[in-house]
Amino acid sequence: MNKKHLFDYIISIADNSLILAQRLGELCGHGPTLETDIAGTNIALDLIGQTRNYYQYAAQIQGEGKTEDDLAFLRLEREYKNVLLVEQPNEHFGYVMGRQFLFDVYHLLFMNELLKSKDETLAAIAKKGIKEVSYHKRFSGDWVKRLGDGTEESNQKMQEAIDELWAYTDELFDQPEADKTMIAEGVAVDTLKFKETYYEEVSTLLKEANLQVPESKYFIRGGKTGVHSEFMGYILSDMQYMQRTYPNMEW
Amino acid sequence: MSKNWPLWEIFVRSKNGLEHRHFGSLHAADAEMALENARDVYTRRSEGVSIWVVESVNITASNPEHNGELFEPAHDKVYRHPTFYELPDEVKHM
Amino acid sequence: MSNEQIKNLEEIFEARIARDEKIEPKDWMPEKYRKTHIRQMSQHAHSEIVGMLPEGNWISRAPSLRRKAALLAKVQDEAGHGLYLYSACETLGISRDELYEQLHSGKAKYSSIFNYPTVTWADMGAIGWLVDGAAIINQVPLCNTSFGPYARAMVRVCKEESFHQRQGFEIMHKLCNGTPEQKDMAQDALNRWWWPSLMMLGPTDAESIHTEQSMKWKLKRKSNDELRQQFIDQTVPQADVLGLTIPDKDLKWNEEKGSYDFGEIDWDEFWQVVKGHGPSNKKRMKARVGAWEEGAWVRDAAMAHAEKKEANKLKKAI
Repeated sequence: MNKKHLFDYIISIADNSLILAQRLGELCGHGPTLETDIAGTNIALDLIGQTRNYYQYAAQIQGEGKTEDDLAFLRLEREYKNVLLVEQPNEHFGYVMGRQFLFDVYHLLFMNELLKSKDETLAAIAKKGIKEVSYHKRFSGDWVKRLGDGTEESNQKMQEAIDELWAYTDELFDQPEADKTMIAEGVAVDTLKFKETYYEEVSTLLKEANLQVPESKYFIRGGKTGVHSEFMGYILSDMQYMQRTYPNMEW
Repeated sequence: MSKNWPLWEIFVRSKNGLEHRHFGSLHAADAEMALENARDVYTRRSEGVSIWVVESVNITASNPEHNGELFEPAHDKVYRHPTFYELPDEVKHM
Repeated sequence: MSNEQIKNLEEIFEARIARDEKIEPKDWMPEKYRKTHIRQMSQHAHSEIVGMLPEGNWISRAPSLRRKAALLAKVQDEAGHGLYLYSACETLGISRDELYEQLHSGKAKYSSIFNYPTVTWADMGAIGWLVDGAAIINQVPLCNTSFGPYARAMVRVCKEESFHQRQGFEIMHKLCNGTPEQKDMAQDALNRWWWPSLMMLGPTDAESIHTEQSMKWKLKRKSNDELRQQFIDQTVPQADVLGLTIPDKDLKWNEEKGSYDFGEIDWDEFWQVVKGHGPSNKKRMKARVGAWEEGAWVRDAAMAHAEKKEANKLKKAI
């Protein structure tokens, strides 16, 4: 088995959860109600938990004595392989829920497949994660429905958010080289298998939420190959601040 | 518009075999949201296996001013308790 | 009701509290009891949610994943505690929205310690260790306070908070056993948070206006000065374990009274911050008011959706 590819593959999954958790963490204390602050934090905590499992495993595969934190905090921007969707900023609560929903639907389908991975560690992480992600999807889906259906203002805001975020959905299904090799090995998830299901599920809910399913076929991609949006640099300068300013220390 | 989210009372069963117990309250726009919020607020340390939510306005409570007539008449009905009855010492298992 | 009758009810009421009976929301209570409780519980709730901000400031910059998760969980708990306390207030017939309004308009107060900025990572340690430490001293006796909903909320709060102080102390301990830079960071944080933490336990007994009544209603079991002494006596040895110096040149053990003597607190600073002129008062209020106002369309939409759903259900039923 190609260890480098396995490592790259795990990192790319981990980075999605890490960057999304980072975005959600920025919100704690600034949401529309206390109840939503608490709920959003729970999602962030689930994602951090997943991320730690992935990085610990990746570090073990890599075999260079690195820690989860070395991997999470000490890479260059081009080495982060998360999709562009998760790094989009917290424009407003509807935007946050839209981003979450578009990711959650993918994430659950992904986890359900990862459960069948020949790699036992990844399958075990998926087994635990499925329950978490099922709840995330229910939560964000309910909110997309509420905001889409709620008032004229909320409908408009939610529609704008979905229209904007839509451009980042296709990248979820991209398969860089590491993915392809690992799919062939029976380790990685063949995301193309559920691409159609993804768009069906998303569309069904959007319609239920009185929202238009965007028809645009113009998609933006790059995160999976390490070419990020301008937001990413700022995310990392926050996230890496301590580790970069005080190198080689324990916290 | 600006109508506030109503208040809900949250009841949690901490494990099967036990009854649902009142845990507290929270705000939610509807019952589904109340359930989700209750899950996030009141069971984040594995405190529960089942949740009931009831909108607070639907609870009818007795008035403490009537406590005398409601509850005191029960105080002297000692014959409802097993210790009221005298048994000979040699009788076991009763 | 005649004055005579009210006086009679008040006597019965005070006697119940003296017998350690709990007062529940629908029980008769003197208006002053109700008002005092709304004030104290809401002030407590406001402190929890404003208290989310200084620590929330470091979630995105926490230096490790483990620390990030712990800090998030802690700030989340504060939201939960605010929620429990607002709920306890609401049993007295005031809504959370009204309480927010009091906070946002500046009518209600919150703990002034949260008006200090968190400038380094070590502040996360110092807040957990000192601020939560002082808070626990204040809160544990409230688990037995006379008003049932407040006492129950405090039981839950105290149970959940037990990890907060340890979390902070662990951060400090790690820093103090790290590099010289890390230790300096810890000392600097202690220097900045020590005096505000002492102030947090309230004005001196001589200047405290509510104490006597609050003692009777078990809203307070010990005076501010007693609590402060207790806090100092238990914290100084912890600073010794860390190898940090308490920034008070007058601090010394008094063998005779079996506790520490300590230096003069700068009460002018305290009152300046309480009156709204601390380093971060404006920023904190802006954040709270901003979150509330920006969230209005979300809350409205959720209500509108709920009403439509309910109407549809009715239509189907017919």
